[in-house]
Amino acid sequence: MKTILLKDAVALIPDGASVMIGGFMGVGTPERLVDELVRQGKRDLTVIANDNALPGIGIGKLISAGAVKKTIASHIGLNPDTQKKMLARELEVDLVPQGTLIERIRAGGFGLGGVLTPTGVGTVVEKGKQRIELDGKPYLLETALRADFALVEAFLADYTGNLYYALTARNFNPVIAMAADTVIVEAENIVPVGVIAPDHVMTPAPVVDYIVSHA
Amino acid sequence: MDAQTIIAKRIAQELRDGMLVNLGIGIPTLVARYVPAGLHVYFQSENGLIGTAGAVDGMHHPLLTDAGGKPVSALPGACTFDSAMSFGLIRGGHVDMTVLGALQVDAAGQLANWMVPGKMVPGMGGAMDLVTGAKRVIVAMQHTAKGQPKIVKRCSLPLTSVRSVDLVVTDLAVIGFPGGRATLLETAPGVTVGQVREATQAELAVSERVCAMAL
Repeated sequence: MKTILLKDAVALIPDGASVMIGGFMGVGTPERLVDELVRQGKRDLTVIANDNALPGIGIGKLISAGAVKKTIASHIGLNPDTQKKMLARELEVDLVPQGTLIERIRAGGFGLGGVLTPTGVGTVVEKGKQRIELDGKPYLLETALRADFALVEAFLADYTGNLYYALTARNFNPVIAMAADTVIVEAENIVPVGVIAPDHVMTPAPVVDYIVSHA
Repeated sequence: MDAQTIIAKRIAQELRDGMLVNLGIGIPTLVARYVPAGLHVYFQSENGLIGTAGAVDGMHHPLLTDAGGKPVSALPGACTFDSAMSFGLIRGGHVDMTVLGALQVDAAGQLANWMVPGKMVPGMGGAMDLVTGAKRVIVAMQHTAKGQPKIVKRCSLPLTSVRSVDLVVTDLAVIGFPGGRATLLETAPGVTVGQVREATQAELAVSERVCAMAL
């Protein structure tokens, strides 16, 4: 794990990259990283996240700035910019049930090819997917998801990169931290080793590549 | 009593001590206001919280929110978790009851509540997982929308799940689906069986024990 300046962290991300971003309606989204992506004028990103938040908040800023080519999300209903761009075919939207989305990411990070879920059987979600029956019960085969980058927000990061999340800001963060080639963390607090007790570490340091410095 | 209060109060009577319950946005959220005295119910917020409670003025924390990103508080004994755990609870059959809104429910109890093609595409969020995995699914909705019945012969909108819901509670009636057939169980105060039938497109059986809601 290395500390990195905000601008250098975002400079690692090329146009066209796939990026998983933590957060649920902006809560737990690394806001400084998002702002810097907009400032550096990134284009054609594929953003994988729970939702598109609202214009002016979290991922909503990336949508409004035209930085996103495609989003894979479970909910976009509170972002009118996403709706508008989707209908104008400026933005590709792949809607995935929330429980399926997080399991696909988990599978991607845990070395699995995919998961079998009953969610979506017999609905439009089944289209193009393999249905597999086990013990007489139907499941859909949902394939694993990975990304080039994960942008994670943590409440605490220690100097080695161990992470701890707070309250409802945890959501997708510890799961995406396992599922990307490069993991960049924005931490609200950077603390000495030992402040997060071993039993309370939620993401182990070795999976973290960079922590954005507070300097 | 207004329509929403009738619906929320009646659904609150379905709560049992110790249940883990997930409430959708809108009318379902109101159910939490009418938990019968003496019952302890765990409310889950799918963004990662069990023990969610109404926000306390002056005590808002930006990292303690509901699934809409709005501030909440947490009761003693509350716990937080990531989205994989949250949907493990939901899909894994650990949630005893979910209350959701609906656009349409059909004669067999199948539900459509996540999109109107070409018009409104908010995404399914957690709805498909909830309807697939919760032990009991209750729909909370107005009986009609702009004068048009919402309980229809067959859903014209994309289904949320092929699983039938257990109970529909509206401002006019309580409807169950014994044997896969829409059946009128209770009428709202001052509402006749004829009025319910008039406002329902699906063929509606009437229970031998049909009675008025006891609110």
